Amino acid sequence: MKSTGNIYTICKDGDFKTRLSFLIMGAGNLLRRQYIKGLLFLAAEAAYLFYMISFGWSGLYDLVTLGTVQQGSVYDPSVGFNVTVTGDNSMLCMIYGVLTLLLTACFLVIYYVNLKSAFYTQRLVEAGGRAPSFTDDLKQLLDQKFHMTMMTVPLLGIGAFTVLPLIFMILIAFTNYDRSHQPPGNLFDWVGLQNFRSMLWENDLLSGTFFPVLVWTLIWAVAATVSCYLLGIAVALLINKQGIRFKPLWRTILVLTIAIPQFISLLVMRNMLNRFGPINTLLQNAGLIDSALPFLTDVTWARVTVIVVNLWIGIPYTMLMTSGILMNIPTDLYEAARIDGAGPFKMFVKITMPQIWFVTAPFMITQFIGNINNFNVIYLLTGGEPLATDYYVAGKTDLLVTWLYKLTADEKDYNLASTIGILVFIISIVFSLIAYRRTSAYKKEEQFA
Amino acid sequence: MKTASIKRRRRISNTLAYIVLIVLSVVWVFPIFWVVLISFRGESGSFTDYFIPKSFTLDNYINLLTDTSIFSYPTWFFNTLIVSVCACLLTTLITLSVAYVLSRMRFKLRRLYMNIALVLGMFPAFMSMIAVYYVLKTIGLTQSLTALVLVYSGAAGLSFYVAKGFFDTIPRSLDEAARIDGATNFQIFYKITLPLSKPIIVYTAMTAFMAPWADFIFARVIMGDNYEKYTVAVGLYTMLSRELIDQYFTQFAAGAVLIAVPITLLFIILQRFYVEGITGGAVKG
Repeated sequence: MKSTGNIYTICKDGDFKTRLSFLIMGAGNLLRRQYIKGLLFLAAEAAYLFYMISFGWSGLYDLVTLGTVQQGSVYDPSVGFNVTVTGDNSMLCMIYGVLTLLLTACFLVIYYVNLKSAFYTQRLVEAGGRAPSFTDDLKQLLDQKFHMTMMTVPLLGIGAFTVLPLIFMILIAFTNYDRSHQPPGNLFDWVGLQNFRSMLWENDLLSGTFFPVLVWTLIWAVAATVSCYLLGIAVALLINKQGIRFKPLWRTILVLTIAIPQFISLLVMRNMLNRFGPINTLLQNAGLIDSALPFLTDVTWARVTVIVVNLWIGIPYTMLMTSGILMNIPTDLYEAARIDGAGPFKMFVKITMPQIWFVTAPFMITQFIGNINNFNVIYLLTGGEPLATDYYVAGKTDLLVTWLYKLTADEKDYNLASTIGILVFIISIVFSLIAYRRTSAYKKEEQFA
Repeated sequence: MKTASIKRRRRISNTLAYIVLIVLSVVWVFPIFWVVLISFRGESGSFTDYFIPKSFTLDNYINLLTDTSIFSYPTWFFNTLIVSVCACLLTTLITLSVAYVLSRMRFKLRRLYMNIALVLGMFPAFMSMIAVYYVLKTIGLTQSLTALVLVYSGAAGLSFYVAKGFFDTIPRSLDEAARIDGATNFQIFYKITLPLSKPIIVYTAMTAFMAPWADFIFARVIMGDNYEKYTVAVGLYTMLSRELIDQYFTQFAAGAVLIAVPITLLFIILQRFYVEGITGGAVKG
């Protein structure tokens, strides 16, 4: 397949049958007796043309205008009174428009494959070979082209449930699809970069929410990642310490928090930390405090509480990983160090830590990005509260991602939510690009090749 | 003399370590212990100003399982089970296929695909929630369990890292030997690689199976107010809303215990595979 060349060589060296494939897909295959393959290409072309003529063109046009007729009542002279007009649905206009674009992209790929296939068959026949039959092609799908077989379903899934929605939401960030422009009652329209301008500097309320929330998100992500990492390693060292018995038991107790669904454990935590919850009750009954501690109601308390409760969730992950690594460090390394007179601290710094760091550095990056987007801990524990009057529908513990969720689910300000999503994406990608370039695991990947 | 002092020092440090471990264990188990207590509490309402319940009862469990007039826990349970099993099969299949292909085969768009997957993973998951809802609505699938299965396994092709890391550690010489014997790539995959990959298969299947029990966001968006099609997570979450918490708090605890126990047991039994799964590629490599 390697020698099939590009569009240019196909144009130059293709014979009549191959060139006919530019116009009629599958012609090259049909004329060389690959009937099934040829018919499939032809069917693809026919289906695409049919789709474009019947829906596609208007779909693309609607994507540009996002609908022109607003729903409402219009006086109809033929009946003599006002009638309701359905109007255009900007949301559907956009969905069909994006879908048409995706289908066109697919079609172009098939078109290119068709040309290559025609040219390849031509070359084969010229060299005195036999054009591969449909069965031969199918057999190839289990061997040389096995990756195509394996990737088809995954790619369809990603296309429909990740790429299509994502393109769609990215486009929303450039519209005014907010609470006062809700289809089908109202139309929304393109506004260019207006949302980004409002979010970053023009609108004081929005930028006055965005930047404090961003700063808290970063503080949270750093604090949560570093605290879980260091304490997780400490706990792992403790459990794997020489002479400690019941190692599997300790490990299992800690790992319980991974097994229990977070919405249960965190909702339970939230109720435990409530003003009337058991922790305050126990402390008050014991006479240690006079009034209930404001775990989740005072800003500073709440911020510290979420970081501390997050340890309960996060330590076990680091502990598990580190335990695995500790068991794999060869003991002769330590013996050699001991003979050379190294103490326990020095051995930790010079042997244990480098080993752990080497393996867990990529894990740290994913944890950091994961914490920037740590929805569960914040949403289930505080719901973003305590509320802030100077914020736009966000609370003092809200992360960008929980704010995004509130804007989507409660406020229907989809354009703002999408804008935040894109900004979070930019932040994540910048951090991970810096970090990935520095870790060895990324560079090493091709060693396996 | 010297060995005795070392021994004593070790004994002191080990005692300290045990104390820390015991404190940690108490902290870790305390919330779980509390939920179990609540689930057997006789007094209704959300909070009490004492810790140990005054009376114990099984009513919370019995009501949860039999009183299906408003909230039907058994229905939720079976909904979640169906969704989990289907999503688990589909996700495992997709993830392993992608991971195998990326680990073992070399083709033109491989590198590009891996980079795109990395980039797509950087977008916050909830950002496209509303769009996913509209996509499902366009194909007429909202408020159905099929939609949930599709949503949970749709993006499985992007989470191949752990499995790929594992496949990378299986020696390539095995593949080559099989190829000399005339095996196709497909045969190598299912006769050689898969039988050697038990830990990663278990790990992938397990995480996929557990996801629907924990998700209360997508399920809520997709099901809306259709209580009949709720999963356990959404249902239990609804029970704790401000208006319902006083009435349903003890039942919530019972429901939480009922799903947490099997999942936790499953997890503990399969823990070994989980650890091998997350550390496998990295540690062995």
